[in-house]
Amino acid sequence: MRDDIDYIPTNRFVLWGHHFTAVAGAAPIIGPGIAVIWGWLPAFIWVIVGTMFFAGVHDFGAVWASVRSKAKSVGFLAGDVVTPRARTLFMVVVFVLLMMVNAVFGVAISDAFQATPSSVIPAWTAVFVAVVIGILIYRMHVPLLWPTVVGTVILYAVIYLGEAVPLSLTAGMFGLPVGAQWILILFLYAGIASLLPVWLLLQPRDYINGIQLFVGLGLLYGAVLIANPTIVAPAINANLPAAAPPMFPLLFVTIACGAISGFHGLVGSGTTSKQLDKETDARFVGYLGSSGEGALALVAIIAATAGFASRDEWAEMYTNFGDGGMVAFVTGGASIVAAGVGISNQFAATLLTVMAVLFAGTTMDAGVRLQRYIVQEWGSIYGIPVLQNGYVATGVAVAACLLLAFGAGGASGEGGMLIWPLFGTTNQLLAGLTLMIISVMLVKLGRPAKYTLIPMIFITVMALAAALYQLLSLYREGGLLYPLLWIDVAIVIIAIFVMLEAGSAFMREKRAFEARANA
Amino acid sequence: MARTPGRFARFQALLEEFYVAPYRGAVARARRDEDDLFMLFVYSELMGVPNPASYYTLELQPILLERFHDWHTRMGLEHSPLDHFRCC
Repeated sequence: MRDDIDYIPTNRFVLWGHHFTAVAGAAPIIGPGIAVIWGWLPAFIWVIVGTMFFAGVHDFGAVWASVRSKAKSVGFLAGDVVTPRARTLFMVVVFVLLMMVNAVFGVAISDAFQATPSSVIPAWTAVFVAVVIGILIYRMHVPLLWPTVVGTVILYAVIYLGEAVPLSLTAGMFGLPVGAQWILILFLYAGIASLLPVWLLLQPRDYINGIQLFVGLGLLYGAVLIANPTIVAPAINANLPAAAPPMFPLLFVTIACGAISGFHGLVGSGTTSKQLDKETDARFVGYLGSSGEGALALVAIIAATAGFASRDEWAEMYTNFGDGGMVAFVTGGASIVAAGVGISNQFAATLLTVMAVLFAGTTMDAGVRLQRYIVQEWGSIYGIPVLQNGYVATGVAVAACLLLAFGAGGASGEGGMLIWPLFGTTNQLLAGLTLMIISVMLVKLGRPAKYTLIPMIFITVMALAAALYQLLSLYREGGLLYPLLWIDVAIVIIAIFVMLEAGSAFMREKRAFEARANA
Repeated sequence: MARTPGRFARFQALLEEFYVAPYRGAVARARRDEDDLFMLFVYSELMGVPNPASYYTLELQPILLERFHDWHTRMGLEHSPLDHFRCC
C-alpha cells in the first residue's frame, strides 16, 4: 500500500515518539490534577492499572485493528465491522469529543495565562520560534539540529523575559472579561493555525512540543528523584467538599488520558497505522505510547500531592470539585522542580505553565484541523458545497467550540471546566466503542476476546454511569435549557445505540465462527 | 571515537525523521496539489481556458501526460474527462 504520501513505513522508535507526542496533551495533567481531590491512592491505582490493562490494550488494539484493515480509521472500521449507521454515529461522537477537547483546553490555557502572567510571552514566543524553524527547514533546507538547539534555548531563555514582563489583559476590553478575551484570542489563533500550510506552523510546533515533552518529563522525574518530596495529600480524602461527586464512577472519567482514552484510538488508527513498518511494531508503538502517557499522568499526581508544604495548603487548593487541575500541577510541580534542580520557584512555575500550555495548544491546533476535515466530509457526503470550503468549515468548527466554551461557562468562559467530566465521559465511551470493534474483529478471527471485552465492559459501564450522574447534576445546574445537558443526552443515546449494534455484530460473528469451526 | 560520527549522524537522521514523519503525507499532498494545478494550466487550452503561455507549455504536454492520467484516476474518472483528448 506504500504510496510515499500517506502510507510510508517508518522506524518504530520515530513512530513511537510521534504517536506519544500526538496523544500527550494537557489531559494527563488536568485529569489527575483534578482527581486527587479523592486522595492520591485511587488516582494512582487507576493510572497504573488503567495504563497496563486498559490503555495499553486499547491503543495497541486500535493500531492492530487498523493495520489489519488496510489502515482504515476506527470510524471506518465501525462501518465495516458493525453497520454503516454505526459509522455515521461514531463520527458524530468524534466531532463532539473534538469540540469538547478544544473548548476545555481553551479554557484551561486561559486560566493558566491568568494564573501565571509570566507565561504569556514565552508561550507565544514558541509560535514565533516554530514559524522560523518551519521556514529554515522547509524553504531554506537548513539541517535540523542547530535550529532545534537554538530554538529550545530561546524558548527557555524567554522565560526570563516573561518573568520580567508579565502580560495580563485588561478586564472590560470590548466589554469582555479577561477569560473571555483569552478564549477568543486562542480560538482565533487555532483557526488561523489550522488553515496555514502545515510546514509553516503545525509541523514545527508539534516538533517543539515533542522536544518539550521529553525535556519536561526528564526534568520532573529527575527533580522528584533528587528532591524526594513528601506526599501531603491524604491517601483517601475523608474531608471531601460538600458538592464533590462520588469517586465511583467519576474517577474513571476524570482521569481519561493516562489510564484509557478513546482519543488515542483516533490517532493510532488515523495516522500511526499508516506508517507502521510491520504489524509486530503495533505493540511497541501503541502499548509504549500509552505507557508514556501513564508516566506523564503519574508525575502530575506527584506534583499535585507532594508539591505542597502541608496538608492545609493542599486542602486550600482543593476546596471544590474541579479545582486543582493545571494550576495544582504548576504550583506543586514548581516547588518540586525548584527544590530538585535549584532554580527559582517562579521560573519553575513559568516553565511548567509554558509546557502545559504548549501541550494544550498543539492539541487545539490539531483538533480544530480535524474538525474542519469532518465538516468538509459532511459537506461532501450530504451535498452542502459551502461546507467544503476550508474557511467556512474552520469557522463552523471554531464557532461550535466557542458555543460550548461560553455555553458551559457563561459570558466569562469561567466554569468552562464543567465540560471536563463530560469530555471524560465521551472520551471513555469512545474508548469502549473502539474496544468493542476490536473484540468483534478478534472473535471473527477465532481469537480470545476477553482481554478487550473485560476493559470494554468496565469502562463502558463506568462512563454510562458517569453520564447518567452528570445528567442529574447538569439538570440541577442549569435546568432543561442547559446546552451541556442535551449534549450529554445525545452522547448517551448514541453510545447505547452503537454499543447495541456492535454487541449484535459480536454475537453474529461468534455464531458464524462457531458454525465454521463445527462444519 | 571513530564510532561517534556514525552515531551522531544516525541521531541526526532520527531527529530529521521525527520532524518529518507526522506531516509527511500532508506536505506531500500539498505538493501534489500544486503540481496538479500546474499540470492543469499546461492543459488549460484543451479545456477551453485561454493560456497566454501556450507556445511554451505546449512542449510540456507530452512530459505531463502520465501526470494527467494519474490525476483523472485520482479524481475518480475512469477515462480522460476531455472527449477529444485521450490518455488511456
